[in-house]
Amino acid sequence: MSASPGSRGLDALYQEIVLDHAKRRVGFTSLADHPEQDGAATSHQRNPVCGDEITLRAVVADGPEGPVVEDVVWEGAGCSISQSSASMLTELVRGVPVEQTDRLVAGFREAMRSRGALALDEEEYGDAAALSGVSKFTARVKCAMLAWVALEDAVRRA
Amino acid sequence: MSAPTTTAPAGAAYDAAAVRAEFPLLSGGAQLPDGAPLVYLDSAATSQRPRAVLDAERSFLETTNSAVHRGAHSLAAEATELFEGARETVAAFVGAQPEQLVWTSGATAGLNLVAYSLGNAAAGRTVPGHEDAVRQWAPGPGDEIVVTEAEHHANLVPWQELAARTGARLRAVPVHDDGVLDLEAAAAVIGERTRVVAFSHVSNVLGVVNPVEQLVAMTREATGGRALTVLDACQSAPHLALDLPALGVDVAVFSGHKVLGPNGVGCLYGRTEVLEALPPFLLGGSMVTTVTLEATAFLPPPQRFEAGTQAVSQAVGLAAAVDFLRGVEERFGEGAVAEHERRLERRLRHGLREVPGVRLLGDADGVDDGTVQRVALQAFDVEGVHAHDVGQLLDARGVAVRVGHHCAQPLHRRFGVTASVRASAALYTTEDDVDTFLDALSGVRAYFGVGR
Repeated sequence: MSASPGSRGLDALYQEIVLDHAKRRVGFTSLADHPEQDGAATSHQRNPVCGDEITLRAVVADGPEGPVVEDVVWEGAGCSISQSSASMLTELVRGVPVEQTDRLVAGFREAMRSRGALALDEEEYGDAAALSGVSKFTARVKCAMLAWVALEDAVRRA
Repeated sequence: MSAPTTTAPAGAAYDAAAVRAEFPLLSGGAQLPDGAPLVYLDSAATSQRPRAVLDAERSFLETTNSAVHRGAHSLAAEATELFEGARETVAAFVGAQPEQLVWTSGATAGLNLVAYSLGNAAAGRTVPGHEDAVRQWAPGPGDEIVVTEAEHHANLVPWQELAARTGARLRAVPVHDDGVLDLEAAAAVIGERTRVVAFSHVSNVLGVVNPVEQLVAMTREATGGRALTVLDACQSAPHLALDLPALGVDVAVFSGHKVLGPNGVGCLYGRTEVLEALPPFLLGGSMVTTVTLEATAFLPPPQRFEAGTQAVSQAVGLAAAVDFLRGVEERFGEGAVAEHERRLERRLRHGLREVPGVRLLGDADGVDDGTVQRVALQAFDVEGVHAHDVGQLLDARGVAVRVGHHCAQPLHRRFGVTASVRASAALYTTEDDVDTFLDALSGVRAYFGVGR
């Protein structure tokens, strides 16, 4: 291809695993088919700059040691980074205690704002660690954050 | 003026590279990480400034800066002279008289000025002696304000709010699939209850030149001359020779930073009778005659609309920008810039049509047979790849384009997309710029694994 993706760290942004998640979209659904049940809350987030949006629904249930994110589903439209990030997030937090998801969201936000200084730990973040490269592209940080902000908001209200 | 430094016989072949050399940012100023030359195709968002503009602003600040229209020291007098001289220069650029040109901070401020002025008139605040004129345009319950589906948010939201404040109804003229305004629908929408018709000269997404005189005539006929016509000239001012009085609109706005000038300055043009009748919007110093604790009498236009300290060095810079544009015309002959931009428009549009998976927004067939006029900006959608991702790949090749909704969400919705990519040219854009852009774009779908 003629566009040389290697220039300016583009491959760090569009890693294969990122593009793969953008296609697979784990948790993507039509929310009309998932009526909001007990313990569920829905958050709609929008990036006013580009018009990207996500509607994410989190189901929180009581676990033996406190509330747990039982399920996450979402719908929305956006760039590959925002779609991939929502997919990775869904995979990461399904079945995870709320206390831990709070920490994960806070850590993700910190890494995204670090302008490349902080890398996400693969042990802790799974596939989402591949989004570390986004933080160098400050114009794209909001794309990566969109689903995480929606989860934070939905879980808080669930 | 210091713009074109070499002389060539008028009518010499247009030399975009030579013009570009007058723009420091485009000739080495903007440093790309890997040393690639910058291909700047985002002039519809903001244009770059020639050295002449930067020098004019700096020189004013270094030698003449002081408060205009107040104080008696000679520096203030000199600054006032330059400020008012700039008004004359910029007014002449759009065919207007100096007193018909109001300085604003930009087109958005100009449109809000008009909308709020009409809102004030609707609330009964009128200019003594001009009550009848302004009451024709001030909307009330049951009246209608007309915009188009293609408007930038700046020429939509202020009218939505004016409608909400006054009980009027906002109506929109649709565009056809090819981006051309639906004039039949316009004739049906504009009617007896219409108080304002606000539309762009050139859409910032579609690039199509709207038939201003026809819309003005249609409005006059349908309303018996009662409605105020408002023109957003942001995207035409940099590309078309403007004679606003000849176009017949009541008011028009444009921004300095889109016509090679500074940020923070723009203009509102108004027909003399219109500006005289409009009540002020922003209130304060420099726009009054007699102030008592109870009441205030206002200055005539344009000062009536210029409350507070003005962007003086920016106004001087904007005058230098229009001088520069005129200088380029003189250097290469009348119409040379327009011809160059027409070539760019064609190369861009035809080149994009050849790229698989690309859908143009506003691909009017009428351009090639001359029935529709466009400027050299083109928005498009790449099937299977989000606009943001397209922009990122182009950026990696040193190509700067705009991605997103370009402040025209309703228009994007009408074309079934939330975002698009927009490439836009100016007089300093070269054919090589367009070719580099097209080449970079041709690899985008393969990179994201679509269309194979």
